[in-house]
Amino acid sequence: MARAVTTQRKAINTTIAWAIGLLIFFPILWTILTSFKTEGEAVANPPVFLFFDWTLENYAVVQERSNYMRFLWNSIIIAGGSTLLGILVAVPAAWSMAFVPSKRTKDILLWMLSTKMLPAVGVLYPIYLLCIELGVLDSRAALVVILMLINLPIIVWMLYTYFREIPGEILEAARMDGAGLKEELLYILTPMAVPGIASTLLLNFILAWNEAFWTLNLTAVDAAPLTAFIASYSSPEGLFFAKLSAASTMAIAPILILGWFSQKQLVRGLTFGAVK
Amino acid sequence: MSLKTVLRASGAAALCAIASAATAQDTTITIATVNNGDMIRMQGYTDLFTEQTGIAVEWVTLEENVLRQRVTTDITTNGGQFDIMTIGMYETPIWGANGWLVPLDGLSDEYDVDDLLPAMRAGLSHDGTLYAAPFYGESSMIMYRTDLMEAAGLEMPDAPTWQFIREAAAAMDDPENGVNGVCLRGKPGWGEGGAFITVTGNSFGARWFDEDWNAQFDQPEWAEALNFYVNLMNDYGPDGYENNGFNENLSLFQQGLCGMWIDATVAASFVTNPEESEVADSVGFALAPNSEGVERRSNWLWAWALAIPAGTQQADAALQFIEWATSREYIELVAENEGWANVPPGARTSLYETPEYQDVPFAQMTLDSILAADPTNPTVDPVPYVGIQFVAIPEFAGIATEVSQEFAAAYAGQQTVEEALERAQDITNEAMEAAGYR
Repeated sequence: MARAVTTQRKAINTTIAWAIGLLIFFPILWTILTSFKTEGEAVANPPVFLFFDWTLENYAVVQERSNYMRFLWNSIIIAGGSTLLGILVAVPAAWSMAFVPSKRTKDILLWMLSTKMLPAVGVLYPIYLLCIELGVLDSRAALVVILMLINLPIIVWMLYTYFREIPGEILEAARMDGAGLKEELLYILTPMAVPGIASTLLLNFILAWNEAFWTLNLTAVDAAPLTAFIASYSSPEGLFFAKLSAASTMAIAPILILGWFSQKQLVRGLTFGAVK
Repeated sequence: MSLKTVLRASGAAALCAIASAATAQDTTITIATVNNGDMIRMQGYTDLFTEQTGIAVEWVTLEENVLRQRVTTDITTNGGQFDIMTIGMYETPIWGANGWLVPLDGLSDEYDVDDLLPAMRAGLSHDGTLYAAPFYGESSMIMYRTDLMEAAGLEMPDAPTWQFIREAAAAMDDPENGVNGVCLRGKPGWGEGGAFITVTGNSFGARWFDEDWNAQFDQPEWAEALNFYVNLMNDYGPDGYENNGFNENLSLFQQGLCGMWIDATVAASFVTNPEESEVADSVGFALAPNSEGVERRSNWLWAWALAIPAGTQQADAALQFIEWATSREYIELVAENEGWANVPPGARTSLYETPEYQDVPFAQMTLDSILAADPTNPTVDPVPYVGIQFVAIPEFAGIATEVSQEFAAAYAGQQTVEEALERAQDITNEAMEAAGYR
């Protein structure tokens, strides 16, 4: 039987949880607040928190100067495309590792993860040259494939962990009832793993949305996503913090809203396996 | 905008347009640039260029360091992503020598290439060939609070020494009211604190290398320069100055929290703009200081310039744009619409001969600072390199970033000045040996 928790202890825990939550959220909150300030107020010393002349001017300037919708659309295509493609590749891979493991499976899993340890800049030139050769520089297709490959180890790992939770007996039963590999994957495994696949999808979408090395280095005009949109408002000579904050807020708003609505799935995905 | 200005601006563009009207239609050029005020202003006027020439312009605006990495990758791989790149005085001679840039020898007579300030033209050339056209140029100078200076009973000379700067900083420092005597860059990075301490070194007679490419951080001039800087900033600078770059100091100065600030001349238009600056009415200017008895001053020379990468398929259209954006007519167009204080400074001699511009408070001091800078003789003793706040060799950015990190650790009190210099000496010599200079 679980230990009873006193009201006082509950209150303390809640307060601590809120404090940590606010601390983590504070930089985002500050960015959002700054986006409504004038450039002067944005750098005021001491900083002003809430009592300033709220203005939408920065948003108007950003909207006028940049084609936000083009950047947004590129972000959606690149993040969405790489996520879907990643899932298509990762589901069969994770299935084989979870249900038909060989003695090398663990090594392969570790090796896959080790590819994440290479600093991206180490392969910038080879990838750039490949893109030139294939004529896909500044194209969404190239970024979809590259971001898919970058995030693939994480997707496979997450799905592998989910699939391992599903009892092999269920699949055996399905096979005895005459299900082939296709039916087994489509009608048995996938529906049972929907929560896991959903949280993997979400996490991968967020990772791809925020990716700022390849998306900046392989794009110019046509495929530039929101990361390039933010980078265009950072200035070495001149104070444009309020406009930069407005651009950042516009860039993170869609993913923030998505995260807000899907937080249950995300939390489940991220804490999966922690308690059994 | 007056009809006259429109006609002039149109005239320049129209001349170029007629020359290649047949090919220009439906042409689109892509320009990589930084998010500085003058560049943003230029973007606002490009519709005019498109109307006159039929050449559409796509802008890729990036943060300075991202831009540098991005265009370097593209130009070294012949990627052809950009038709024009915004680069500086550091890259231009190196890239020109490597054959990565299209020489700008096709500029028209109307453009009047001889009108470019000689220092800018020299800094953007290699072997006498111009590889980038200056969009705006800058040096560095002292910006100071005239009211605080007066209250302190001091008068700023036009060409002060570092010793005077220390005296004035002591007099203006007012910790109770949050006013720092002096604000200077300390932030690591070759273009941030690295640039500032390099020019400070020059003004004490220090240099990066002797004529055989041996690092010189073990020489007394560097010890004197760095000790002076650290003592000055510890005594009269803002807390955490090791994290302050251009923008941080601009913010402090605009809020009235610095008695003096020594930085890029382009800052003058920001600190005198009443919409941004609380001290707009009480800012004076003077030449960057030198140490007593040393001929060289601590002013640098920089230009943001437009260059055409060798991989472009649209060199003609790109050249047309460069002619338009760096022309006298463009300057007049901006002056007409936004006032003379907002035109791109430091590129053309004729700008400083314009009576209206001579009335701008910082114009003369900007020109004097630019003219006082000599990239081929940056310090007292001879050097094997070109560049004032940098050394125009490809290895410099990496070395200077590392050295500036060591210096910043000394500013923060994590190591002594002597230790920082010792490490700088080792880092530099090792890197130069590995690169085959020694």
